[in-house]
Amino acid sequence: MADAVIARHETGGAGGGVHAVVNTVVRFSPLLLLCALWEFLGLSGLVSQQMLPGLGEIAQAFFRMLFEGNLLYNTMRSISRAAAGLGSAVIVGILTGLLMASFRPVRLLVNPIVQIFYPMPKSALIPVVMIWLGLGDSSKILLIFLGCLLPVIVGTYNGARGVNPFLLWSAASLGASRSAVLREVVLPAAMPDILSGCRSALAFSFILMVSSEFVIATDGVGYMISSLGDGGLYPAMFAAIFFVAAIGFAADRAYAALVRRVLRWREA
Amino acid sequence: MMMAAKAHHIAQAASSISIHDVSHSYGGRGGGQVMLALDRINLDVGDCEFHCLLGPSGCGKSTLLYLIGGFIPVQAGVIATAKGPVSGPGPDRSIVFQNFALFPWKTVKDNVLYGLKKAGFDAGEREKRAQDYIDLVHLTGFENAYPSQLSGGMQQRAAIARTLAVDPGILLMDEPFGALDAQTRRVMQEELRAIWRRSRKTVVFVTHDVHEAVFLADRISIMSARPGRIEHVIDVDLPKDRGEEILEDPRFIQFSERIWRLVREQAVAATRGAH
Repeated sequence: MADAVIARHETGGAGGGVHAVVNTVVRFSPLLLLCALWEFLGLSGLVSQQMLPGLGEIAQAFFRMLFEGNLLYNTMRSISRAAAGLGSAVIVGILTGLLMASFRPVRLLVNPIVQIFYPMPKSALIPVVMIWLGLGDSSKILLIFLGCLLPVIVGTYNGARGVNPFLLWSAASLGASRSAVLREVVLPAAMPDILSGCRSALAFSFILMVSSEFVIATDGVGYMISSLGDGGLYPAMFAAIFFVAAIGFAADRAYAALVRRVLRWREA
Repeated sequence: MMMAAKAHHIAQAASSISIHDVSHSYGGRGGGQVMLALDRINLDVGDCEFHCLLGPSGCGKSTLLYLIGGFIPVQAGVIATAKGPVSGPGPDRSIVFQNFALFPWKTVKDNVLYGLKKAGFDAGEREKRAQDYIDLVHLTGFENAYPSQLSGGMQQRAAIARTLAVDPGILLMDEPFGALDAQTRRVMQEELRAIWRRSRKTVVFVTHDVHEAVFLADRISIMSARPGRIEHVIDVDLPKDRGEEILEDPRFIQFSERIWRLVREQAVAATRGAH
């Protein structure tokens, strides 16, 4: 996902079809280099084939899992947890951030809590949510929710606090009520910061989804990876890892495209 | 309440403004130093009058405008319009800021439509009015442009259209042409004067530019700095119809000189800290 962050700046003025495809291939050519290095290390015997199975073997394992195994089922289970946690975090986070920015008592109450919990690694809460909610979906959803909540709150709060006061005054002098100003001016004006907070949250949702499934789950991609590893099925394990990485990458790119659309007004 | 009733009584004409003994200070919170920005301001702006607040920077002219707009609360004294004492912003006193303050995520047309929606016009009437005012400020063809795609002059035109469209009785303008280049500023001044002649609104216009004030205003209040006081209120004794040619008129030049001398006294006093 770090790759996508860098790529975003380079695609700025991408030209027409063929040109864009060539650009994309060139941009991701270091990945081919990495694949070559991987193959070389395995074949040369510098690293055991156990640790770095051949890419062909991994591909074979992937298609077997895809068509005969339960890779898709587990992926859907994982994604539905991540979506539930992330979705609720986005809604609650935006509301909280807007209220913090607009009402002093809310700010005084919530700000210290946010500041203390912001830098805390949320994976440390895995045992806690397990004790609270057991092994079912709800414990993972809660963990993902908590992990995604803070970046959304912080993004929304900073965006809403930074709104040009003249925009607020303009709206008020055009007859907007206080709640209308919040919905129709503060929210869209803060949107760039809200969306970048949500992008961090999206990344956190994948991290917490997989890591929580390592520990507390009976299905999901994270559970698959850890149980395949435990069973010594390394090609299949790598296939699952690459698959979840690819989904994360696709989700980030799709999100970036959505953001470009929503923030069309900024480009000129 | 007595004072409020009195001020209200004075401001009985449709869109006049009555400012009675208004003082305002900044700071003082948490033991900081208190700065008196406005000192016992008294001023009556008549219905359909174009009034300029002219003075050096730091004289509190924008503060006075924001108080009339209801954006900052009145600390002492009373400001009243025909609707009664000012207690907050409202569409009867719409404002144009120096930095346009257009909603950047809305197109020109949607910016103009925003106030019309708030004013409760029905959909058909909204569209028509929005288009009329976009045409009035010569932005026809740019209805669907975002502010970031327009020049400063065009953005300010859009902001003026947005403000005029809701038909405020009182139009407040805070150095609206200050961020524009000299040529654009000149054109905008002429257009504003022409629009005002047609629409007959009460305008309070803040500026530190003597020529701008003389060209636009019926009356000019010259303010002193720190604390802000109104030192002179002067009728502009020039023809109502003012085009570009008036800038060459000896009466305009003489009058501007006279105003400039009065402003200069205040500016010099301000730099010497005489007040």
